[in-house]
Amino acid sequence: MTSAHLLLLICLISGVTSVKGDVALLHQEVITGISIVTFKWNHVKTPYLVALWILVAVLAKLVIESFPSVTNVIPESALLICFGWILGGIIWAADLQQTFSLTPTVFFYFLLPQIILDAGYSMPNKLFFTNLGGILLYAILGTVWCAATLGLSLWGCQAGGAMGALDIGLLQYLLFGSLIAAVDPVAVLAVFEQVHVNEVLFIMVFGESLLNDGVTVVLFNVFDAFVKLGGPRINAVEIIKGIISFFVVAFGGSLVGLAFGLLVSLLSKYTKNIQIIEPGFIFVLGYLSYLTADMLSLSAILSVTFCGVSCQKYLNSNMAESSVNTVRYVMKVFANGSETIIFVFLGISAIDKTIWVWNTGFVLLTLFFTLVYRFIGTFIQTWWLNQYRLVPIAFIDQLIMSYGGLRGAVAYGLATMLDDQRIKEKKLMIGTTLIVVYFTVILQGVTMKPFVTWLKVKRAAVAEVTLIEKVQNKVFEHSLVAIEDISGQIGDNYLRGKWKIFEEKWMSRFLLTSEARKKQDYIFNVFHQLNLKDAVDYVDEGERRGSLEFVRNESAFINFKKKLGDEFSEVLPDIMAAASDDPDAMRRDPVSSVSLQMHEKTMQGTRETEDIDAHHLLQQHLYKGRKQHLHRYSRNHLDINTDDNEVQEIFQRTMRNRLESFKSAKMGLAPAKTITKHTKKDQQQKVIFIYSIEYMGYYTIASGGSFPFRVNYKAGAGIENPTFMPDPDPMAPMQIPPWQAEDEPDGSTVSPSQRAQVRLPWTPTNLRRLAPLRISTQSTDSFAQADTPASQEKDKKWPPPPPPPSDK
Amino acid sequence: AVGPKGIFRVIERSEQWSVGELEPEDFGAIRELSMNPIGDRIISAFFSPGKETVDFASFVRILAHFHPTETSRSRDGVQPEPANSRTRKLKFAFQLYDQDRDGKISREELLQVLRTMLEMQVTEEQLQSIAERAIQEADLDQDDAISFDEFRKVRGVDLIRDQIDNWEY
Repeated sequence: MTSAHLLLLICLISGVTSVKGDVALLHQEVITGISIVTFKWNHVKTPYLVALWILVAVLAKLVIESFPSVTNVIPESALLICFGWILGGIIWAADLQQTFSLTPTVFFYFLLPQIILDAGYSMPNKLFFTNLGGILLYAILGTVWCAATLGLSLWGCQAGGAMGALDIGLLQYLLFGSLIAAVDPVAVLAVFEQVHVNEVLFIMVFGESLLNDGVTVVLFNVFDAFVKLGGPRINAVEIIKGIISFFVVAFGGSLVGLAFGLLVSLLSKYTKNIQIIEPGFIFVLGYLSYLTADMLSLSAILSVTFCGVSCQKYLNSNMAESSVNTVRYVMKVFANGSETIIFVFLGISAIDKTIWVWNTGFVLLTLFFTLVYRFIGTFIQTWWLNQYRLVPIAFIDQLIMSYGGLRGAVAYGLATMLDDQRIKEKKLMIGTTLIVVYFTVILQGVTMKPFVTWLKVKRAAVAEVTLIEKVQNKVFEHSLVAIEDISGQIGDNYLRGKWKIFEEKWMSRFLLTSEARKKQDYIFNVFHQLNLKDAVDYVDEGERRGSLEFVRNESAFINFKKKLGDEFSEVLPDIMAAASDDPDAMRRDPVSSVSLQMHEKTMQGTRETEDIDAHHLLQQHLYKGRKQHLHRYSRNHLDINTDDNEVQEIFQRTMRNRLESFKSAKMGLAPAKTITKHTKKDQQQKVIFIYSIEYMGYYTIASGGSFPFRVNYKAGAGIENPTFMPDPDPMAPMQIPPWQAEDEPDGSTVSPSQRAQVRLPWTPTNLRRLAPLRISTQSTDSFAQADTPASQEKDKKWPPPPPPPSDK
Repeated sequence: AVGPKGIFRVIERSEQWSVGELEPEDFGAIRELSMNPIGDRIISAFFSPGKETVDFASFVRILAHFHPTETSRSRDGVQPEPANSRTRKLKFAFQLYDQDRDGKISREELLQVLRTMLEMQVTEEQLQSIAERAIQEADLDQDDAISFDEFRKVRGVDLIRDQIDNWEY
């Protein structure tokens, strides 16, 4: 079947090319009468050919993909190039000239932008920015190093006579070096996507390939200008201008991209009513950013990259789910299509007798130096970089990084743009570039996978981690946080924390719709998840116990709506849909772990207690620890995560544990009954006072906001741990925290939090979490009613919640 | 290394610094530790079993566990293993679980840790099943407990290499 496809393809192509010849004939005929049907080839020629080429490329990919055993060994890109060769051969045979080749215009304006846009849009931002220092180092320094050394070495070799009668000036060599030096994003993506190395390694190589465009453009233009100027007119001023132009080009390009990214994010904020055109914006604006940067002679690739990088978060939040999916998918389609066409054309372009000027020395030496200098450069830079990295880059990873420096179509495109008036040996350079591209893509691409396996490079973590590992990960995390607190050292997350604060305060407010902002809010997410969990448990419970229970507790659902109130009316449908048993609705929701569980539940029916998947449970219930909340954590405020259920639970538990061990340690003392009048020493009082205030602060929040209470942080006032308290006098029993007291505590020091009993009854039938949850951009005034006691039945009325903060 | 700020903080908060030693309640003064599920365990890790105080040297020694791993040190056997070696770090982590220091993490000890780290909603039976599963996965010699060696090798992947090198601040 596939060979028939091939045959069809071949016929199609030769048909097209031969038709071209026939067209000339038609024109010469004299029109003698009305023709019922005419063959208007010229009218449709260009669009037809374009469409046909796209079809051919895509069909080629289809054919290739139907041999997975082959694609496992040889990367797709290599196969596509080979296909291009075959195709080129056919066209050559039909036409005796190469009618189609990869022209710079087509490449740079129609094929490249979408690939880069896709790369930027799906860039893992966190990973990217964490490793940005290293990436910039490789991109800038590495490229300059490769270009300089290659150019100089080749020139030296020419002077040494290794290239025969060749005579190319030093500047031209440097120019050639600069276009050959750049690692190509398209090729890197194509090869690495089949190899799945660990994410740091990938982001290093890939990030480098994207960012080095800034350098390449500058180097190319500078040396091009130098070549045009001629040798003698280059002086220090020009060189300095060259250096300055690097900064301008690179930063300017990035800024243009950022501006467009922000623009598209802003636009997406207002498209609520016309969701159908939402996906269009990013494509148009992304392309415009590319063209604008190019128009201003700035780095176009950098521009598009940063456009994608900056807008992804906002677009994904603002747009409707279907639009988000559309954008992602369509981008991939375009990028993939472009990539395929590029590689096919790279193959076809080779079959062109006119470009091949062969000089053994030149070609071989270029190949050799490209490889060698890449290795040397990478190793030196990594050695230096590792001094500053927390996790040094392993030797094996460095090897792969060097080996993965693939050249691709960008180099070829630049080569074809060379001015052949000034550069006599343009053809040689083009030919050599093609050879280098083939060598890296085909040879290095094919050998990459075995190389990676042989060297046991750390792969992307796919393996399922064991439970003990998961627990251990968390233990590590918590330990780190604890040690950070003890030693007072500000962690590596400090800058990131600052950025998060800035970003939340200014950018999210400006660029996100109010709905999206609510969803962003951490509490809301927690709330949402908890609700989902409640709903799931509720249904489970109902199913387990039989329909009667279900009916009896139906009132709980009504409360749900009432309690949420208007504030959430817009997102309520989301929650309601999510809470229902509809798996489709669930899948819309980005809360992944819960939806997975939900989905499984609906698929498998009622879960038996014994059948609980321990992994899921662990995943879902592990306390997240503070590092993940760090963006809300400010070291200057008391209200550290006061709006977090998790924190309260941990806190209570810790305190309870301490008290229990305190109690058992101080056996022999009469169990404390009341905290009566304190006429004791001041110190004791102060201690209790501080103690109780702090607990009060937490507990009122815990109990549902009797009063919004903001406690001022006193430096040095800690939470006394009664277990460890020295026991100076028999008044020790007083240090039992208020909520454990049986009687009404004394009003002067302790607030009457009768509700603040310790027992936390958590059964699905108590949908206590479904309470008005104040969302605010400052984490101070929110209260989660997680820990209300079972005394709900006493019909205590919650005090009316304070009015929402004005910044809403 | 420990930042000077940090030491001063602990000193400030303690009212008994003049003695030159820290007691557990001084750590208790650090509020954030109460928010940490394993905060209390970390605190007790600073104190050798049986001792009620920790002097400055021991304090720093424990903190030294968190120094970046030195892989270049040659193990000539004569030098005592440095505090920040991988094994020592792992031992430290192991002891967070193994409170009674018998060299094994029993099911009860694992349960205790899990209890502190998992949210309140998890029922006792769920906890039991998680602990059961965890021990099953890691226990190679079938003694229903996790020894230090089993702890190191989880699932054939050396836990040391993957995790502990990142254990720094």
